Amino acid sequence: MAGIKILKDKCVGCKLCVGACPFGAIVMIERKAEITDACTLCGACVSACKFDAIDFERGAVANAVDVSKYSGIWVFAEQKDGEPESIAYELLGVGRELADARGTTLSAVIIGSNLDDACKKLIAKGADKVFVVDDEGLEKFNDESYSSIFTQLIYKNKPEIVLLGATTYGRSLAPRVASRINTGLTADCTKLEIDPADGKLLQTRPAFGGNLMATIICPNHRPQMATVRHKVMKEMEADETRTGEIIRPDVKIPRDLVVKVKDIVKTITEMVPLTEADIIVSGGRGMGDPKNFALISELAEVLGGAVGASRATVDAGWIEYSHQVGQTGQTVGPQVYFACGISGAIQHLAGMSSSDTIIAINKNPDAPIFKVANFGIVGDVMEVLPLLIKEFKAALK
Amino acid sequence: MNVIVCVKQVPGTNEVKMNKETNTIIREGVEAIINPFDTYAIEEGARIKEETSGKATVLSMGIPSVAELLKETISVGMDEAVLLSDRAFAGSDSLATSYALSMGIKKIGDYDLIICGKQAMDGDTAQVGPGLAEKLGIPHTTYVRKIEEIREGYIRCQRMTEDGYEVIEMPLPAVITVVKEINEPRLPSLKGKMKAKKTEVTVWTADDIGADKALCGLSGSPTQVVKTFVPEHNVDSEMIEGTPEEQARNLARKLLSMQFAIQVQEEE
Repeated sequence: MAGIKILKDKCVGCKLCVGACPFGAIVMIERKAEITDACTLCGACVSACKFDAIDFERGAVANAVDVSKYSGIWVFAEQKDGEPESIAYELLGVGRELADARGTTLSAVIIGSNLDDACKKLIAKGADKVFVVDDEGLEKFNDESYSSIFTQLIYKNKPEIVLLGATTYGRSLAPRVASRINTGLTADCTKLEIDPADGKLLQTRPAFGGNLMATIICPNHRPQMATVRHKVMKEMEADETRTGEIIRPDVKIPRDLVVKVKDIVKTITEMVPLTEADIIVSGGRGMGDPKNFALISELAEVLGGAVGASRATVDAGWIEYSHQVGQTGQTVGPQVYFACGISGAIQHLAGMSSSDTIIAINKNPDAPIFKVANFGIVGDVMEVLPLLIKEFKAALK
Repeated sequence: MNVIVCVKQVPGTNEVKMNKETNTIIREGVEAIINPFDTYAIEEGARIKEETSGKATVLSMGIPSVAELLKETISVGMDEAVLLSDRAFAGSDSLATSYALSMGIKKIGDYDLIICGKQAMDGDTAQVGPGLAEKLGIPHTTYVRKIEEIREGYIRCQRMTEDGYEVIEMPLPAVITVVKEINEPRLPSLKGKMKAKKTEVTVWTADDIGADKALCGLSGSPTQVVKTFVPEHNVDSEMIEGTPEEQARNLARKLLSMQFAIQVQEEE
């Protein structure tokens, strides 16, 4: 029977488990830990306990499969107008490492229209095989048709690991497919490794807005599925001399779809969308006035970056929601992130703390943003920003 | 038109603080709240049922105390509240949660639209909405920022994408997950509060909804957490001092000497 219990004879009352429980479900009674009804059986306390005093029995699982029948690593290559998106190359980058560690092949799956060039690019970027489903009706992403095709391919070919981007499309397609197949799916991973002991995929991801990292496995179901955060994994250098096999699998392409994409509208007018940008300049309430955001845009333009914003400025109507960085907005990980007049609430940090270099400009020296900043300037953004723009303009001329 | 809104209880995030010495989460005085994204789902559900004179039901899965939170949703436009609560559900991952909710929804029955928040604040997976739609065998659209039109058997909505939005048509019943941009949740009215006080939350066990216990909780969850840890933020912070002119110059120099700046120059 599945369940969790405290082994009272081993519990020393150290309270490590109390601090580790994300749900506040452990209380101390007579110097021993007790688990309350708030427990969700997440298991966080088990790894925190240094005295093996927590017994966690998982019991049997439903729908387990013969894992030995599955092999190979797959990545779903998102494309736009027949061109693979950068996330596809990032997935191939990490997929290549996993395939080499596991001693298996790496395949890309691409669904769309006019994909001959795309297939060559995917091979140059690390794929051993490309499964291509090329049809005029599949030009644009559609949950209904793409999930049908992807599921058919998985059933027929039995890959051991399937990775998708944690993008808008990936985070819609992956759970639909995993739910149909009844396998496990781990969202928004930032680290993937093969366990050297048993070959399982160790999937590490942030939870609680980045306050807690969790490593997750999918031991008895296949494929092991994960979505992977954009801009975290490194692409391989393209090697045009690499060879690979292009497979055009026999799948049933659904026609007469009930889900119809009627229109695609671009509202972000900047050259670089926020989630793709290498440099992001973000403004917060410290900018004082919506019209001062012109300085944010100007610095972003000089550096070839994108404009971000704090929740407070979006809520105040200074700038559109699509620019919002943070837990209720976009998660970004650029090479350089400028936080201008942003105090750094935990929800904001959750959306940008994986940036390579963080620069904070704020007049309050105690602002939490300085704790995550690589470079900090205590000062008035309205004074510092124009000077900074001038410096970069002069240097980059 | 009948709407079912799925919500989750999460720990109030503002109080999440880390104890640096013991590397653990300080959870003292943390109150439970309804996942903030779900408040937009509740508001959208309330608006649709008001415009189409239907019924709005709020549905959650959780521990018995979640019933109190569900009661509050009556004051902001929900008509009925259902809580799935059973030890058999404990330890559910997103697949097992999708299954349990789908069984609860089948038991409620007679629905046109199911609305979920984009994702939960604690797990951040965003997987239950699409997973649930699949278990019900109905279509879904994620990240909905606007419903353009909804009528008997038909919805046209806007899905937020990385650089804009798509207009998507689906037959009903269907599942949508909504982003913050879709609306501004109302405050509870006095009349609503009175109604909430009088409302009884329906609590169903796994048996009540006819769920196969093997597909619930730990046994129905393919994924397992093997380790949790607090990420290290070892940032070498460097404060740049001086007059604003000196600060700007020094910062620009430091950044230009880094690798990214070289790329900038190549692009220019």
